[in-house]
Amino acid sequence: MSRITRVEVERMAGLARLSLADEEAERLTGELDTILDYVDALARVDTVGVEPTAHPMPLATPLRQDRAEPGLAPDAALRNAPDAAGTTFRVPKVIEGGEA
Amino acid sequence: MSATGYETVIGLEVHVHLKTESKLFCRCPVRYGEEPNHQVCPVCLALPGALPVVNAHAVELAVRMGLAVGGTVNPRSVFARKNYFYPDLPKGYQISQFEDPLVTGGEVEIEVDGGARRVRLTRIHMEEDAGKSVHGDWERGNESHMDLNRAGTPLIEVVSEPELRSAAEATAFLRALRGILRYVGASDADMEKGQMRCDVNLSLRPSGREGSDAYGTRTETKNLNSFRSVEGAVRAETARQAEVLDDGGEVVQATMLFDPGTGRTHLMRVKENSDDYRYFPDPDLIPLQIEPVRIEEARGTLPELPERKRRRFQEEHGLSESDARTLTESLALADFFEAAASRGPVRSVANWLVRDVLALLKGRKGEIEQTALRPEALAALVALVDAGRVTASSAREVLRELLERGGDPEVLVRERGLEAVSDGGLLEAAADEVLAANPEMAERYRGGDGKVVNFLMGQVMKRTQGKADPGAVREILIRRLEG
Amino acid sequence: MATTPLGTVSELRSALDAGETTSVALLEQSLARAVELDLHAMLQLRADAARAEARAADERRAAGDVRSPLDGIPIALKDNISQDGEPCGCASRILEGYVSPYDATASARLREAGAVVIGRTNMDEFAMGSSTEHSAYGPTRNPWDRERAPGGSSGGSAAAVAAGIVPLAFGSDTGGSIRQPAALCGVVGVKPSYGRVSRYGLVAFASSLDQIGPLARTSADAALGLEVVAGPDPRDSTALPDPVPRYRDGLDGDVSGLVIGLPREYFVEEGVDPGALACVRAAVAELEAAGAKTREVSLPHTQFAIATYYLVANAEASSNLSRFDGVRYGRRAPEFADLSELYRRTRSEGFGAEVKRRILLGTYVLSAGYYDAYYRKAQQVRTLIRRDLESAFSGCDLLATPTAPDPAFRIGERSGDPLRMYLSDVYTVSASLAGAAGVSTPCGFAGGLPVGLQLLAPPLGEAVMLRAADAYERRTEWHARRPPEVS
Repeated sequence: MSRITRVEVERMAGLARLSLADEEAERLTGELDTILDYVDALARVDTVGVEPTAHPMPLATPLRQDRAEPGLAPDAALRNAPDAAGTTFRVPKVIEGGEA
Repeated sequence: MSATGYETVIGLEVHVHLKTESKLFCRCPVRYGEEPNHQVCPVCLALPGALPVVNAHAVELAVRMGLAVGGTVNPRSVFARKNYFYPDLPKGYQISQFEDPLVTGGEVEIEVDGGARRVRLTRIHMEEDAGKSVHGDWERGNESHMDLNRAGTPLIEVVSEPELRSAAEATAFLRALRGILRYVGASDADMEKGQMRCDVNLSLRPSGREGSDAYGTRTETKNLNSFRSVEGAVRAETARQAEVLDDGGEVVQATMLFDPGTGRTHLMRVKENSDDYRYFPDPDLIPLQIEPVRIEEARGTLPELPERKRRRFQEEHGLSESDARTLTESLALADFFEAAASRGPVRSVANWLVRDVLALLKGRKGEIEQTALRPEALAALVALVDAGRVTASSAREVLRELLERGGDPEVLVRERGLEAVSDGGLLEAAADEVLAANPEMAERYRGGDGKVVNFLMGQVMKRTQGKADPGAVREILIRRLEG
Repeated sequence: MATTPLGTVSELRSALDAGETTSVALLEQSLARAVELDLHAMLQLRADAARAEARAADERRAAGDVRSPLDGIPIALKDNISQDGEPCGCASRILEGYVSPYDATASARLREAGAVVIGRTNMDEFAMGSSTEHSAYGPTRNPWDRERAPGGSSGGSAAAVAAGIVPLAFGSDTGGSIRQPAALCGVVGVKPSYGRVSRYGLVAFASSLDQIGPLARTSADAALGLEVVAGPDPRDSTALPDPVPRYRDGLDGDVSGLVIGLPREYFVEEGVDPGALACVRAAVAELEAAGAKTREVSLPHTQFAIATYYLVANAEASSNLSRFDGVRYGRRAPEFADLSELYRRTRSEGFGAEVKRRILLGTYVLSAGYYDAYYRKAQQVRTLIRRDLESAFSGCDLLATPTAPDPAFRIGERSGDPLRMYLSDVYTVSASLAGAAGVSTPCGFAGGLPVGLQLLAPPLGEAVMLRAADAYERRTEWHARRPPEVS
């Protein structure tokens, strides 16, 4: 039984904003299925009551003083922009509140 | 817009900018109205390799707010990534808190139609703001322009339980919340500046089910940025859902937008199960840990909160509810009042503050602490009025001066010759002149028209440049008219 | 051959101190060698800027104002470490044209020390790979055999050091990306404890695993490189606050009394090249002969390490790579009808196949309905793996293992089989998951190709780890072997 379907792969591609060509989606479904089959070994590990590790060092996050400093000069901030308008980043029309 | 037969169930999610100098995760200044992308750095632009570091003061303010509403400040909370794509969201995820928020629980007391009630909070969590679209000369119809100055501004999101039942309650909640935010110094919460924004979750259920925890399908109306639009959105969405239900339809779970122009809500996007933000703990940030002793320290520095202060003002100073409410709207004003009231007649100080000082401040668009007026000066001025040594209208003139330049009212009154005229001879002469010039007034008075006294008084005041003691003038006039 | 390989940092520094050479001369030798060998170890050389820096270093030296032992020494940085004013491309199309406006903390510290960066080294795109074949700009060749891969993802850095282009390079290690290519290229590679080196300016692959570290000809040079870049950094919340010891001072060649654990699960014959395993066993014997004690230990969750690593790393990566959207920097797809298409095309055209595969896997394991079964589960197993290591380290100072299951494989040999490629990291990922430190040092040859010995230390155990690696190098000649010059 396959662990991931083509439909799911395409849904993930949608979430990740990737378009997959037909053949690519097909190939990736197979590859991801193989990988998921491999990682499914974890299901055998007894983890009842085991705290998850999100971070290898058990520290508290350091806090920084609230002191403002100038950031990048506007031309440095915009220099890499694929398309700038004034000092803004230009993109195709955003539908208000909608997700792109 | 009536929704007969339904109960409206409202929960609010309020986003509030915290009052910090720098952003939540980088040192860029937080300022409003700057040129686009003039307050950005590798971190808030999400350049490759940049990393977040938490602003201590933002945490402090969020903790204060949590304590002020009586919530539990969790000694350990976790920053998580909320993943979605949007051009105002530079990293492709927002750093927020999800499973382990900074504050759980708490409540806000609201008053509607004279009845007080506590609205419970679900949580308060910290997160960063996104950038925004701006408009400029270069604009064409099919493009948007991104300004990331706001990206990374520290926010708290205050989430209420679905315990509000009307537009009035929703705005009362926001007002109460704003009062607390300002008192604890967490935020200026100026909705006009976008420092406080609100999402309204709203559903209807048939009347008679009050108190049950069965809810209808809810919609979320997003990004409301004024009390008026919150009120409008609640009314519009209540009406819309009622209409759908009345027609036998079903409310669809959706995100709505409110158009203040038409006063209607419209569908922005249907919520699907595909809304999948893939929250997970941000590996760039270790959990936020706050020692319990720090939490207790913060608790010790909280000011008396608006509702409690208002009640105390009513009880201790005998103020009306309305005056007490006005005087507790800002902590600075309340403190000013108490300082002045300790040096002068309490009721008169309250009256002068509420009526005159606030009216003058409104014209100046300023706060009391930004003026030259000192509490002791107001107390002294009010005492002069009460003693009949200055008339109200002269006192207003002095007040203007005190707001602008400060000073000692006693000295100002003397320098400007504003002392009230209570010299009997002078006033009687003025009254006689006025009566002689207006013989028909005496007729009307004798005919039973008592209001003419006011007119005649005005004339006498005019002749004395407003310096006449009104009580004395009235007495003289009546004596003459009766005689 | 027109050019000769550069010596070690120590050798070059002696020559500079003795006035036998200049920084400018070293740089020219380095640049010429990079061009001549044509291994594609370097993505780009910054010849002019480097020349100016080398001249400045020579002037400082003349004025008696040498900044550090690295002053005037040519080095190379992996293409995912930001340098102010230089491109930083992660060997990806999606960062085409991007020039970093800021320095990574590591770059700034190296600059401060006077090191002369000759350019950026090739890598697997976004550090996702174990062969450097997943570079959008083509593979790097292993100096020991041009038909073979140098390992990865820091393959360019490893090859540049092995070929004597630079005596010291920096890479990044997420699951083995410094140690494995170091082993396959016959050089020393250090993965510091998590948090020992600031990640600020290192383009993130998996934030809870990534570490910058040095690759060099000797552990002494690597220790020096680490000293310069390591230490607390207020710009990285995950950087450790502990002060950095002078690792070099502890390199006294003495391993007597050290207890070295040999994880039973790492010394099974299955899945490992017998020649390579024999080299590692011989290396362990050498350490014993030098006075170290060995004992068998067990890391019972080893068999789950790769699966755990791929889930954790790719979940983080799927989110870390969301910022590459064609809005603020990098390559934007030339044609799109609307915003949604701008995103999709930019990302689909900009990312290579391996990166897309990992983004999809990471997205999947974080998505509703799978989070608990995959991501959360992996984080729990990560705890068990960490505990395995903690428990092993409670009875010994270091662990010794092979670095990689095989010597360098042929270019193209594994690229069709992602899972097989992932298994290249089988010996290195556990330490990454636990935040432990690791070093790979050359310990022999199998089939004419270098083999690495991996020494692992508990978090912040770099000093003893480097002391042992250095002691081993003092007793052996493997690290001094040079690849046969290729024409």
